[in-house]
Amino acid sequence: MSIRVEAITESEIAAARQRLPRAFSATPTERLRFWAFWGLNGALTLYCLVRFGFLSGDFLHGMGKFASVVVAQLFPPAGWAHMPEFLKAMGETIAMAFLGTLLGAVCALPLSFLASRNMTRARPVQFGTRRFADLLRAFDYLIWALIFVRAVGLGPLAGIMAIAIVETGTFIKLYSEAIENLDRKQVDGIAAAGGNALQRVRFGVLPQVLPMMLSNTLYMFEHNVRSASILGIVGAGGIGFLLADRLRAYALQEACTIIILVIVAVYAIDWLSKVLRERLIGDHRRREPVDDAV
Amino acid sequence: VTFEEQYAAYRRQKRWYAAGFFIVFLACLAAAWVTARFDPLVLLNGLPRTTEFLVKLVPPIGMSTFGADVREWYWDGAKWMDSLLSTLLMAYLATVLGTAIGGFLSFFAARNLAQHYVVYWVTRRVLEVARTVPDIVWALLFIIAFGIGPLAGILAITVHTIGAQGKLFAEVNENISPLPIDGVRASGGTWFQVMRFAVLPQVLPNYMSYTFWRMELNVRSATIVGFVGAGGIGHDLFTSVQLLYFADAGAILLIVVATVMLIDMLSEQFRHSAIGKAAFAR
Repeated sequence: MSIRVEAITESEIAAARQRLPRAFSATPTERLRFWAFWGLNGALTLYCLVRFGFLSGDFLHGMGKFASVVVAQLFPPAGWAHMPEFLKAMGETIAMAFLGTLLGAVCALPLSFLASRNMTRARPVQFGTRRFADLLRAFDYLIWALIFVRAVGLGPLAGIMAIAIVETGTFIKLYSEAIENLDRKQVDGIAAAGGNALQRVRFGVLPQVLPMMLSNTLYMFEHNVRSASILGIVGAGGIGFLLADRLRAYALQEACTIIILVIVAVYAIDWLSKVLRERLIGDHRRREPVDDAV
Repeated sequence: VTFEEQYAAYRRQKRWYAAGFFIVFLACLAAAWVTARFDPLVLLNGLPRTTEFLVKLVPPIGMSTFGADVREWYWDGAKWMDSLLSTLLMAYLATVLGTAIGGFLSFFAARNLAQHYVVYWVTRRVLEVARTVPDIVWALLFIIAFGIGPLAGILAITVHTIGAQGKLFAEVNENISPLPIDGVRASGGTWFQVMRFAVLPQVLPNYMSYTFWRMELNVRSATIVGFVGAGGIGHDLFTSVQLLYFADAGAILLIVVATVMLIDMLSEQFRHSAIGKAAFAR
């Protein structure tokens, strides 16, 4: 069967338009909403551009300076003589991420049972633990690091504590979601065979949730290597301190070397963690190294 | 081989694996412990000082003098609110600029739309560098050229946003169905009409949803780029902590946490509304 285009008359089109108006064009309200949305955004963007000085000569001057001074001086990377120092700082960064993630996971494990609906009957306790976790996550790593540097002094310990605090919040959320999704039948089976509370958790709950928890923990470790690499900017240890120091001293070529080192280390850790996740728990989820997922 | 023997062999093998992993884990732990000069005693000593510090963030507020106490706590409230507005606008502008540029580049970073493999590969690597370098490092670089101020912060967040949006949008572009494109082309549509009526309706919901999510993340970034002098409320927070004005720091932290939570909530609402539903039904 075929349709002959020339057989469609103007009046037939008009009739179709009458019958199905939305197939031909949007309604006036829809059009109004569309133009209001883009109009408002356009106006706000223009206001911001003016407010922050994008439309002035200073901006062009700065861009020229950025191209001629900053980008031109970054290359070629230099300071290979300092490589042992850089590598040591990178190792410290990874160690901070490792200990911070581990500490966060250990603190979060018992709390995550309190935060799951199916494990904690007392609603206020469950709700309170969840909100507590939200509060810990609400502040960025750098804000916690700033606070802990004041409390325990300069050095990697402040960074470890910052990562541990944020991760406690994140892991309470992730672990309790895993626990809430578990299959009740296994737990009931253990209970029916006369298992006590501890045995129910050990043989009914943990076998179901452990792979998920391990995978999330490894994934957050990857993420935290990235976070830890900048904590040094506020004095909380790691390679960020050297990087900020070189950038503030205009030693751009050495800074470039450090940036390349961080990128290489981050990719190496991502790869290692991916291999481990696949080996340990058959987690083949494609999680590309985007910056700040979660 | 009886079942018992096979089962015992299986158990033995599993136990060896577990023991191996445990030893590797312990070795990593020991290495990290030494490298980071971790000392549980310092940690334990630090905890009371941390609580002390956290308590100092909130000044004494009496029940009877509640209003006056809060007013005194927020003595510089007008300035902080202005910084907050500046922070939000920084995040907004960086999201708009980064999404526009990243969206444009995403067409070259999509395997099915890029004209040449070299173009695809180069765009992918550029986007990768833009998002792997943390925004606060970009801020330090831009400060060298633009000086202290919000401009450096906006540019830093913009570069990071370009990298993230470019990649996410490229994945959306790669997943579009070619059928509507063929349809519009078959009925005589021009290139512009193909883009407008076949491609845009497919990708726009996802673009919108990713953009709201990016706005959330950029508000967080905009609050911390101030630590290195790139504008926003982070600058006020950093100075008050450095000068040991703890009550001020507490007041600003409260503003920050309220804002971050509010933006998260609003953005979630948007994403779960009509646009978001289409976007997350993958």
